[in-house]
Amino acid sequence: MLSTRSIKTASKLWAIDTAISMIDLTTLEGADTPGKVISICAKAIRPDPTNLEVPHVGAVCVYNDMVKVARQFLDSSGGEQIPVAAVSTAFPSGRASIEVKQRDTEDAIANGATEIDMVIDRGAFLSGNLSKVLTEIVCIKEICGDRAHLKVILETGELVTYDNVRKASFLAMAAGADFIKTSTGKVQPAATPAVVLVMLEAVRDYYQLTGKKIGVKPAGGIRTTKDAIKQLVLVNETAGPEWLNPELFRIGASALLNDLLMQRMKMKSGQYSGRNYVSLD
Amino acid sequence: MNFEYSPAPESIAIVDIKPEYNLFIGGKFVPSKGGKRFESINPANEEVLSHITQGTSADVDRAVKAATEAYKKIWSKMSGAERGKYLFRIARILQERAREFAVLESMDNGKPIRETRDTDIPLAAAHFFYHAGWADKLEYAGVGEKPKPHGVVGQIIPWNFPLLMLAWKVAPALATGNTVVLKPAETTSLTALLFAEVCQQAELPSGVVNIVTGDGKTGELIVNHPGVNKIAFTGSTEVGKLIARSVVGTKKALTLELGGKGANIIFEDAPIDETVEGVINGIYFNQGHVCCAGSRLLVQENIKEELLEKLKRRMSMIRVGDPLDKNTDLGAINSRAQLTKIRELADSGEAEGAQRWSPECSLPNKGFWFPPTFFTSVSQAHRIAREEIFGPVLSVITFRTPSEAIEKANNTPYGLSAGIWTDKGSRILWTAQRLKAGVVWANTFNKFDPASPFGGYKESGWGREGGRHGLAAYLRGEH
Repeated sequence: MLSTRSIKTASKLWAIDTAISMIDLTTLEGADTPGKVISICAKAIRPDPTNLEVPHVGAVCVYNDMVKVARQFLDSSGGEQIPVAAVSTAFPSGRASIEVKQRDTEDAIANGATEIDMVIDRGAFLSGNLSKVLTEIVCIKEICGDRAHLKVILETGELVTYDNVRKASFLAMAAGADFIKTSTGKVQPAATPAVVLVMLEAVRDYYQLTGKKIGVKPAGGIRTTKDAIKQLVLVNETAGPEWLNPELFRIGASALLNDLLMQRMKMKSGQYSGRNYVSLD
Repeated sequence: MNFEYSPAPESIAIVDIKPEYNLFIGGKFVPSKGGKRFESINPANEEVLSHITQGTSADVDRAVKAATEAYKKIWSKMSGAERGKYLFRIARILQERAREFAVLESMDNGKPIRETRDTDIPLAAAHFFYHAGWADKLEYAGVGEKPKPHGVVGQIIPWNFPLLMLAWKVAPALATGNTVVLKPAETTSLTALLFAEVCQQAELPSGVVNIVTGDGKTGELIVNHPGVNKIAFTGSTEVGKLIARSVVGTKKALTLELGGKGANIIFEDAPIDETVEGVINGIYFNQGHVCCAGSRLLVQENIKEELLEKLKRRMSMIRVGDPLDKNTDLGAINSRAQLTKIRELADSGEAEGAQRWSPECSLPNKGFWFPPTFFTSVSQAHRIAREEIFGPVLSVITFRTPSEAIEKANNTPYGLSAGIWTDKGSRILWTAQRLKAGVVWANTFNKFDPASPFGGYKESGWGREGGRHGLAAYLRGEH
């Protein structure tokens, strides 16, 4: 039902710009090089070089060892306000000792990351060892302190059931997460609307219980403007309109940005542009 | 911030409403013998859509004659497989013209286009497809090896799901070899008359389906006509009782699908957000104009506050307004008379001491509108806990133990539907066994399928519609 709400004209333009400002522009590949990272950082600052009205994205999301490269480039190129998010704690599997995960996080923050995207220990969760999951999040949160925002990745594709998603959401929020995030992007299915709905209900209920607003970040599988707008409608009618900003809602994506830009150009000019009118990365 | 949903009204260019309609008898639209015309209005804006004929005694006579002739000469002699082909054809035409039907139904009835598009019309087509498959397999319907049709069936349908109720009635009647004289409700005749065009388009033999429009008086003429062999009625219990009285002592077979006061039972372990969606669907679907609506919310007392908080929040998101806008969740009340009845009952709720709650919502100035509403502090003795309101009004009642829930749920003269919400499978089975309701939904509500029989206990009706059981109502076994 919510997927057929009609978003047009001014609302659509607002939605596109809001979605752009919510993107954690991401590159998480074994083949990432400084060149590639610099390239997405440039795109993060000015998504559409031909139109400076387009807002910058929410953050740049990279592997730990690329944090420094990203931070330096952003700082030297007018992107000081854009945070760098690092995927830490033995991303994506999380299969390492807590000492390694702590060190990983320390490293990222030392290199300039102000947002930490950690993964939960799904093995511990599925074997019923919830206290291990909780303790690890608390531990990483302590390291983050007020130096970095903590996003906790549930990897919903491995938790499988909605009951698990809700349970893990509450666990993460209780342990101190600033954001709960669906997926690493390495496991399918990722940010399905149903999973995002469950997580939005969880943050809404947590807010009602504690008065604390926790953010939500779907990641993986959101590739088109239509998908992104559906997500925004879901936010609007579930958690509520106060969640419709980058402080409380982010979208982890890479390909999505170009689709948003093409739609934006179309709305402004009335003509469809082609893939070659937006930059590759 | 600017995140308003834009109006997305469905174009009405697709429908062609004639300024006046005749009766459909013997395969043709024919003028009435002496019948006057009455207005049919769009309940969302009170504009006159068309003028419908009030069928007279002479008209009903002609229709029954046409149906009898078609039955004797053609339809009863045709093989089941051949009859099935006509049903398949009708089903496909309904699908092809689905948009046209959806828009017309929304204009005539006041219900949101989202519902006519996604529920009414697809389900109507599904009923024809389902029964088309049965037409040549009737010996497996469970009423003996050589089941026979009744002959001419008089069918009277309500205004809440006009085309869908027509499909529920016409599809099994035709599949089993009966011919039909059908009367749609006087406020919602237009889709039935468009269906008459579909019968022509499908080249259904003349007289197999006859449609005589009019009010209750026309219905009475059909019920009392000696040439009619079976009556199938969906509507109020009050009228159902009158029909039962007039049919008693005749050879006419009778099925009745009447009112309800369904209990939607929420146990403490229910998945709460899903449950809230189910409650919304149970009572605010189709403006609550649903005989099987979950109009009594029986909630375990220890989760009442939490559930009501969530329900209030969810109800604030309901979008009331233009039925043709695809963003609309709740449309117009079907008629002024129905609106008056809903208001009267809601006022009685307040007068008897229940507390009323509705979200803030602006209702259009013209047309018939009632906001989504619920009442708390309702006791079993209140009128709003006993009488069918047939509108978007929910009565919230609490219980403490599962057995108390059963007692309260069954404490009604009706017995059409019930819902159970719990995480525990064994509790679903325990509860369902004890509920006196024709249909029990578990962790869902208002789910319909042509293969699933539907009907009531007690004052909610006689007989079943849909599935194998529904076929039996249109067949005579060898006795």
